[in-house]
Amino acid sequence: MTATTTYAQTQSGPDARTEQSSGKQGRRPFSYGRLLAWAAMIVITLITLFPFYWMLRTALSTNTALAQAPASPLPADFSFGGFLRVFGLQSTEDALAEGGSGGSLDFWRYLANSVLVSTVITFCQVLFSAMAAYAFARLRWRGRDAVFGFVLGGLMVPTVFTLLPNFVLIKEVGLVDSLFGIALPTMFMTPFAVFFLRQFFMNVSREVEEAALIDGAGKVRVFFQLILPMSTAPIATLGILTYITAWNDYFWPLMVSYSGSSRVLTVALSVFRAQTPQTGTDWAGLMAATVVAALPMILLFALLAKRIVNSIGFSGIK
Amino acid sequence: MAVTKSASAVPRRASGDARVAAAFIAPAMLGYLVFLVWPTLRGVYLSFTSFDLLSSEKWVGLDNYRRLVNDPVFWDSLGVTLHYVVVNIGVQTVVALLIAVLMHRLTNSSLLRGIVLAPYLVSNVVAGIVWLWILDTQLGVGNEMVEALGFDRIAFFGDAAWAIPTIALVNVWRHVGYTALLIFAGLQSIPSTIYEAGRVDGASEWRMFWAVTVPLLRPVLSLVLIITVIGSFQVFDTVSVTSDGKPANATNVLQLYVYDLAFGRLQFGYASAISVALMLVLTVITVVQYRLARAGQSDLD
Repeated sequence: MTATTTYAQTQSGPDARTEQSSGKQGRRPFSYGRLLAWAAMIVITLITLFPFYWMLRTALSTNTALAQAPASPLPADFSFGGFLRVFGLQSTEDALAEGGSGGSLDFWRYLANSVLVSTVITFCQVLFSAMAAYAFARLRWRGRDAVFGFVLGGLMVPTVFTLLPNFVLIKEVGLVDSLFGIALPTMFMTPFAVFFLRQFFMNVSREVEEAALIDGAGKVRVFFQLILPMSTAPIATLGILTYITAWNDYFWPLMVSYSGSSRVLTVALSVFRAQTPQTGTDWAGLMAATVVAALPMILLFALLAKRIVNSIGFSGIK
Repeated sequence: MAVTKSASAVPRRASGDARVAAAFIAPAMLGYLVFLVWPTLRGVYLSFTSFDLLSSEKWVGLDNYRRLVNDPVFWDSLGVTLHYVVVNIGVQTVVALLIAVLMHRLTNSSLLRGIVLAPYLVSNVVAGIVWLWILDTQLGVGNEMVEALGFDRIAFFGDAAWAIPTIALVNVWRHVGYTALLIFAGLQSIPSTIYEAGRVDGASEWRMFWAVTVPLLRPVLSLVLIITVIGSFQVFDTVSVTSDGKPANATNVLQLYVYDLAFGRLQFGYASAISVALMLVLTVITVVQYRLARAGQSDLD
């Protein structure tokens, strides 16, 4: 399995390499090649970060000032109006005067919906996938490898293929336009999550498990009190990636959600973008809305950056 | 095997495991069967029916596929999607490789890796809307720059020739960091002794890149390519919030066409047939790529 190799290689990678490369840098003399390389890296960093700055700069401007100073590097006529509009805290007259559509927006609700859906998906998907992964990695039962092969087959189905039939199913059971309907299809597992965690559980030392079993602990207790706590790193990695994926998902919630009650941030953004007021797009409000949608992930990332960054390697085929 | 202490313990342990195992895989298997296996089969089945979601489906045999073969919008849409994939994957792979190699040769900084990954944290929807604003014809700072350089303003998302490359590059912006980190992980698996030996022999960085990095990175690179190509073919979000298929179907990628057929015109049967066609295309491409790249083998062995 190729993915296994990638994982195994990276695990030994970062630790083994840190010292060597820092030593190497100390010895490396100045050269124009390196200068050029750093210059390229800086340009890439600027292109990467510029849109984030521009989002914030525009969100803190007023639409009237934006039209007059489209290239001003600082917020044009500094104002929190965009954010007020997005959270429905501005009166309709004020909103219209500032170039909003005057349509009702309630980003608190969409934010809460996104948090709820992403949290439920992540918690359930990781737990159920971990349980299945343990059964595939450590329990002995007839047909185990065949069933695991069958689950791996799911990796061959492109994500979008299941969306239409799943929509039909969700409609049949009457869960259209509900947050539960949005969460349901990815709540139980993904073949990738099962595969990913199985790799880790296979490497947990057997001796520790045996000792616990001899002490009279059952397999269930071994899983919850031994295997899970020993696997916090891969579980956190998977959890973060699942959370980001769930938070950023658009196509599926777009199909399922019709009204504000089940609207998540991505869908709310596209609805907001579609309500163009007479005076032209409410860019300040729209950028404030993108900041609201992006900020939680950026904060989560800032808290856990090291872990995520170092784990992308092992996640391999996500 | 190693754990069998006494003969009598084995059957009891084994049957105990079976019960625990059944309980442990039950939720995941339920989800797998109901929300992945069943929809896959049902999607294939629906592609042979006429189904408007309101009344029950009618078997129509190969009608949807006959229609597909003769549908100019479908072929046009496939062409648009291929155009998107070629630009998206071409640029993304080259830039990701460049970023990965630069990081590998310059620094091990987690901060830099974090910055490179930052766009991956925002949704395609956010990425699409932000670039729509930056590249706006009247007020976008991007077009201010274009004008400052002495060119005419460009309708990046509104011009038939520019729209697909623009959308492809917006998605490069969002995904290139993630791809770069995957390649970076692959680079870290190349023993540094090889580079040291190369340097002792007087090889330049440029020569080492072609003689060491590229061949040893091949398995990782081909795996990354397979994954990113599959993802790229499924593009929807960014197009949906920016050009939405316009102008005149110039950005009508396959998923957008599927969505419009299903939800705009309630032709779920025909929409499913196009999904099946896309799945077949992806399967063929993946198999060909896998064969060509010998992705499973490493040159390091």
